Amino acid sequence: MKNTEVFNNRNVSENGYYLVDIADYPTDGWGKFKRVVKRTFRGELFVGLWVVLREMIKFDIHTIQYPQEKMPIGPRYRAVHEMKRLWESDAERCIGCGLCEKICISNCIKMDTRIDEHSRKEVSEYTINLGRCIFCGYCAEVCPELAITHGGEYEQASEQREHFVDYSYMLTPLDKMKAGTQVEFEGFGSITPHEDERVKKTPLAY
Amino acid sequence: MDTAYLIETIIKVVVVLLIFSALAGIGTYFERKILAFMQRRLGPMNVGPYGLLQVAADGIKLFTKEDIIPTNVVGRIFKIAPVITAATAFMAAAAIPFLPQFELFGYTVHPIIADVNIGILYILGIMGVGLYGPLLGGMASANKFSLLSAARSAAVFISYEVVTGLSILAPIMMVGSLSLIDFNEYQSGGFGDWIVWSQPVAFILFWIAAFAETGRTPFHLVANDHEIIDGFGTEYSGMRWGLFFIGEYANMFFISFVIPLLFLGGYGDGSFLGALGLLAKMSFFFFFFLWTRAAWPDVRPDQLMWLCWKVLMPIAVINIVITGFVMMF
Repeated sequence: MKNTEVFNNRNVSENGYYLVDIADYPTDGWGKFKRVVKRTFRGELFVGLWVVLREMIKFDIHTIQYPQEKMPIGPRYRAVHEMKRLWESDAERCIGCGLCEKICISNCIKMDTRIDEHSRKEVSEYTINLGRCIFCGYCAEVCPELAITHGGEYEQASEQREHFVDYSYMLTPLDKMKAGTQVEFEGFGSITPHEDERVKKTPLAY
Repeated sequence: MDTAYLIETIIKVVVVLLIFSALAGIGTYFERKILAFMQRRLGPMNVGPYGLLQVAADGIKLFTKEDIIPTNVVGRIFKIAPVITAATAFMAAAAIPFLPQFELFGYTVHPIIADVNIGILYILGIMGVGLYGPLLGGMASANKFSLLSAARSAAVFISYEVVTGLSILAPIMMVGSLSLIDFNEYQSGGFGDWIVWSQPVAFILFWIAAFAETGRTPFHLVANDHEIIDGFGTEYSGMRWGLFFIGEYANMFFISFVIPLLFLGGYGDGSFLGALGLLAKMSFFFFFFLWTRAAWPDVRPDQLMWLCWKVLMPIAVINIVITGFVMMF
């Protein structure tokens, strides 16, 4: 019964907690003297020396040399947004419905649409002010086409903040699309793994 | 005084100054690296291969930084304090034989600047004067942390002077001289002749006191970062702070030379191997300074005083008395 990982049972008396054995402080001079002598010759200082020397000899370095090396981040990580393309036609997935603009709680998405030559709605302008964005993921969750998602890119540098946010920056490039290397987002708003089996026919009977 | 001697001495002074100023810089590199390895980090890695040029980068930064004299400080004393620390540290080096004498182009070189017959007394005295660096620097600064640090440094240095002096008295009684060369000759017979075997208590006491004298970690309360910021160095910047730093590290190196010379046989019989042995022992003691910094916590000022006056000093006195009796009978 030493499992302290059972978090839902907060009853401390049953969770392997125990009181540390702390001896009473000595009150008289002789007791204090005995304590000093005991502490002096117990060799605890050398235990500390050995611990750090052992770590030095093992040389098990945990440093990540950041710009050259990076920590792996989870596929659900909510970093800078990406605009995805359709696998079939390489066309942009975004249908210009404006839901992301509507739901954005920090009002950082701004979009404009128009009717193109095929009489389809087309996004003419789309910007995300990343200085305002709080990366909550609502836009990715609300998007009916899985068009706007989060990506794994968390570092940007530019002379102008405006450089980050334009549509072409976020859109999957066509050559990447041709190579078939567009990565689907697994996080907020994405399709769950066994979605096909769970889809039911629309009940038209009634 | 003939001219050749004068020139030789000046050259030796310059060499010692240059080598140990550089070593102080490289010492910081070693300190950062070893502390990092003991804490599973890499330490400086970006400037030069394995961060080796970090020392140069730090030096350039220190030299080119603006020399700030803050408002409300006592200007003249504030300016002279770091010089005292650095100067006393290097002055102490005058009586230390760094290597055995050797032949260079048919000319016998004594790698000691002045073989004065009161060598140890001189070194201890100069290191005692080194107290004025932190003391004056802290008192001239216009903030409470520096003042606290100045008070602490005065207390620590003066108290541990006692332990240093008393602990070393017993070996001095045995050797019958204060010159470090004589100490070395006394132990030149080899491993079995080392004073540490006959004076282990004095060795331990001197070693403990060395931590207080150099202000290293178990007794680092002179500039304890977590309670009094940087102590006396709080208001210093640029090269003035750098002088404090050089003084501290030079002191560490010199103490690391003095301990083996006094207790561990020094350079032995003066052969090449003996010289290497002295450097190896010095390296170990320097490494130990860094090692304890990684391993041990700091003690409180009252514990430090308690340790000095109630534990170390009585032991040192008892050690002297016992040594005296053994020598008499």
